[in-house]
Amino acid sequence: METTVSKKTERMVGKPIRRREDPRLITGTATYVEDIELPGMHYAAVVRSPHPAADIKGIDTQAAEQHPGVVAVYTGKDIDHLGAVPCGISLPDLRIPHHHLLAQDRVYYVGHPVAVVVASDRYIAADAVDLVEVEYEPTDSVSEPEEALEDGAPAVHAEWPDNVAFTHHQEGGDIEKAFAEADVIVKERIVSQRLAPSAMEPRGTVASWNSGDETLTVHSSTQIPHILRTLMAGVLGLPEHKLRVIAPEVGGGFGSKCELYPEEALTAFIAMKIGKPVKWVLTRRDEFLATIHGRGHIDYYELAAKKDGTMLGLKVKIIQDVGSFHMLLTPAMPTLSVLMLPGLYRFKNVHADVVGVFTHRMATDLYRGAGRPEATHGIERMVEVLAAELGMDPVELRKKNFVPPSDFPYDTPMGVSYDSGNYAAILEKAVETVGYSQLRQEQQEGRRQGRLMGIGIATYGEICAFGPSPALPTGGWESATVKIEPSGQVTIMTGVSPHGQGSQTTFSQIAADELGVDIDNIVVAHGDTSTVQHGVGTFGSRNTAVGGTALVLAIRELKEKIETYGAMLLESDDVTYADGVCTCNKTGKTVPLGEIALTSWTGPNYPPNTQPGLIATNYWEPPNFAFPFGAHIVVSEVDPETGEVAIKRYLAVDDCGKVINPLLVDGQVHGGVAQGLGQALYEQVVYDDTGQLVTGEYMDYALPKAAMVPTIETDRTETPSPVNPLGVKGVGEAGTIAASPAVVNSVVDALSHLGVRHIDMPLTPEKIWKLVQQGGSA
Amino acid sequence: MKTEINVCINGQERTDEVEPRLLLIHYLREVIGLKGPHIGCETSICGACTVALNGKTVKSCALLAVQADGQDIVTVEGLATDGQLHPVQEAFWNEHGLQCGFCTPGMLMTTRELIERNPDPTDEEIRHGLEGNLCRCTGYQHIVNAVKSAAAKVGG
Repeated sequence: METTVSKKTERMVGKPIRRREDPRLITGTATYVEDIELPGMHYAAVVRSPHPAADIKGIDTQAAEQHPGVVAVYTGKDIDHLGAVPCGISLPDLRIPHHHLLAQDRVYYVGHPVAVVVASDRYIAADAVDLVEVEYEPTDSVSEPEEALEDGAPAVHAEWPDNVAFTHHQEGGDIEKAFAEADVIVKERIVSQRLAPSAMEPRGTVASWNSGDETLTVHSSTQIPHILRTLMAGVLGLPEHKLRVIAPEVGGGFGSKCELYPEEALTAFIAMKIGKPVKWVLTRRDEFLATIHGRGHIDYYELAAKKDGTMLGLKVKIIQDVGSFHMLLTPAMPTLSVLMLPGLYRFKNVHADVVGVFTHRMATDLYRGAGRPEATHGIERMVEVLAAELGMDPVELRKKNFVPPSDFPYDTPMGVSYDSGNYAAILEKAVETVGYSQLRQEQQEGRRQGRLMGIGIATYGEICAFGPSPALPTGGWESATVKIEPSGQVTIMTGVSPHGQGSQTTFSQIAADELGVDIDNIVVAHGDTSTVQHGVGTFGSRNTAVGGTALVLAIRELKEKIETYGAMLLESDDVTYADGVCTCNKTGKTVPLGEIALTSWTGPNYPPNTQPGLIATNYWEPPNFAFPFGAHIVVSEVDPETGEVAIKRYLAVDDCGKVINPLLVDGQVHGGVAQGLGQALYEQVVYDDTGQLVTGEYMDYALPKAAMVPTIETDRTETPSPVNPLGVKGVGEAGTIAASPAVVNSVVDALSHLGVRHIDMPLTPEKIWKLVQQGGSA
Repeated sequence: MKTEINVCINGQERTDEVEPRLLLIHYLREVIGLKGPHIGCETSICGACTVALNGKTVKSCALLAVQADGQDIVTVEGLATDGQLHPVQEAFWNEHGLQCGFCTPGMLMTTRELIERNPDPTDEEIRHGLEGNLCRCTGYQHIVNAVKSAAAKVGG
């Protein structure tokens, strides 16, 4: 057998190489869930409630069942023996309503699945949805969380008439003392509106059942194939080892595909029932109705400070709009916000109360940033409100209060330990790059000419690289297997499940350097529970920091084995492996990796006490989170005639620790900023006061288009994380976290001379125009 | 009742019997097996289904297959010739103009037409030219770079 491994020639980590994923994606040869065709495949379509709250008085499925091509119709009674849609979070007073896969005798939100039809053709399935007749008796509903908390509000779940889903309290320091010592206390109500994560690929599942060996194969558009397998096995009552979950190409997720959704389990259930493969894919309209929404916070902030700007303490009340049911991690969203409340500032007194509220809406859960954008938006708005109150420059105010570089690792009052950073340095870099003092002069001159120009600053810290296992019900470790094939090529199997992040590229870069082989000899596989060792998945900016570290450690373990085999082949006890060859340090004789690999698999002899095969698996549990940080500065201009906001400049200076591929880091920052800017200016999920979803299409939900996003200037500082051997922190969510306060701060700054202190998102032209017209007092 | 249609797809003539209500995107994906064009919204806004019909880009989710009768269709699968990537594909790859890749086939088709019409587009013209194609991953910046790079290559 010929050995083909080629020696590496240059260092790959840090290089902006183009992605190894892309050839399939630019030629139309990638396979997403909807691209999967199996022999005899049938199509499922879901009948959804048009009411936010109603009793189901009856369901007539006869007409649908008799429609040619329809194979079956299932309603709540057919699935009541199956498990519930899971919530993985524990809190002392958490109330978890039983969340059936299909509504039983009542519906709780517009879009609630009531029945599912199965047909031989997707058009027939859609026809049959209209033939299912459901008799509803609508009841009063409540859509706004603060209204849901009022006495006498309709109860979402009859057993809990106060609509409280959970509460959570956390405090650090002495908040009463801080507020007693304060010279000034600023207060604000700050809303982080509901958003639609809006991955371009709608959710979908293809399931097939083998009745002979009673195994189920599920292809699903998911970020967490291994966790989905465990959860789905539980819901279906199927032995887990009989279930194979595959995340094929996944067209974006942004947190929204970190769930077990009812339709995923229903598709699997139907495949088992009818003995034929079944495909189900959401329409965009149903995606808006029935995929989780993000954010949904109403927060009350009080910030206490001295006259000189020294911040003393923060009191926050968070009202989290839960929706009618918890999804997998819903209650963790606001509790994660709480951990980030102090931002980058060193005050030690924090008092946080959270109440999760049931409403007659779709559930909220993870969406890019997941709790952290809300907290960052809050503190970064409050710093600006305080600066305005004290007449201080917001840059100076921030620098006065930052945790200094000498204090790392820094224990926050919320019980987390920031790993490393230099916050003043990154803000100074941003301020210098953007030309801050000159911009302030331009602003003054502009105002004299009636121009409304604003400069917005946001600094952020981010808890990411999730994370130590106590922080996650799934476990927070990640896994990697590295195998040198008999032919010398390298196969990596990672437990993360990338869906756009480019981890096949970055992991190849890491492995090429660590193993000393050419990148073209490396393949990275993921997402199939039958072929990849157990893993956790992709979310919380964890791929590289946690999954990449497991990879590095697996390779390091493997290198010891390579040297053991090298020593045998070189008949020496003093060998070193580097750059694709094992060298005898005494004679200088070498043996290439390919030959070592072939020997390891085919013998005939093996070193004493050494197993055949060059393969190693590592499960790495991180000792801490990693904490990226940054400073974003936005220059905006408000048109007083129309209320439109134009972003004139957007500068993002981020520190995500060591950079594996700068091209991909820029891509993550751009994409993240576009989503945060979307929240700041355009996007909101709107339910009207009868509980109907108003923003149910891209006609109504303003997803940013190319012309709505500015050119983003990026720069970096690089502070390695001491938490992992790669020194990486993570960058997936940074842009989203920084962008919304940076943009809003710029617009508030543009209108500050009118007395404007705060504006809630999205900053629609109508809202801004009214403020301008009314001299800031809308 | 099915209707016969004759189309030329990526240079190949075809005749098929289709339901009158069959959307062009489903014809391409499920009858012919071209999985490149994607379905992102079914309302002609997201542009993931964009293909070229007689050289002009259309949203194939908003057309019926029967409307394509007698016409010439190019999908993303038809961009590369003789194993050589089209300059637009190459540019998206070089400039990191894609992440999850779901919008990419539509973006590539729109870009091809955009630079045909305007061989030297400004950033602003590119951004307006891409208004019919949504991307949730990239923030568009690397896509704009890719369009510029492709234009320079094709024009140069």
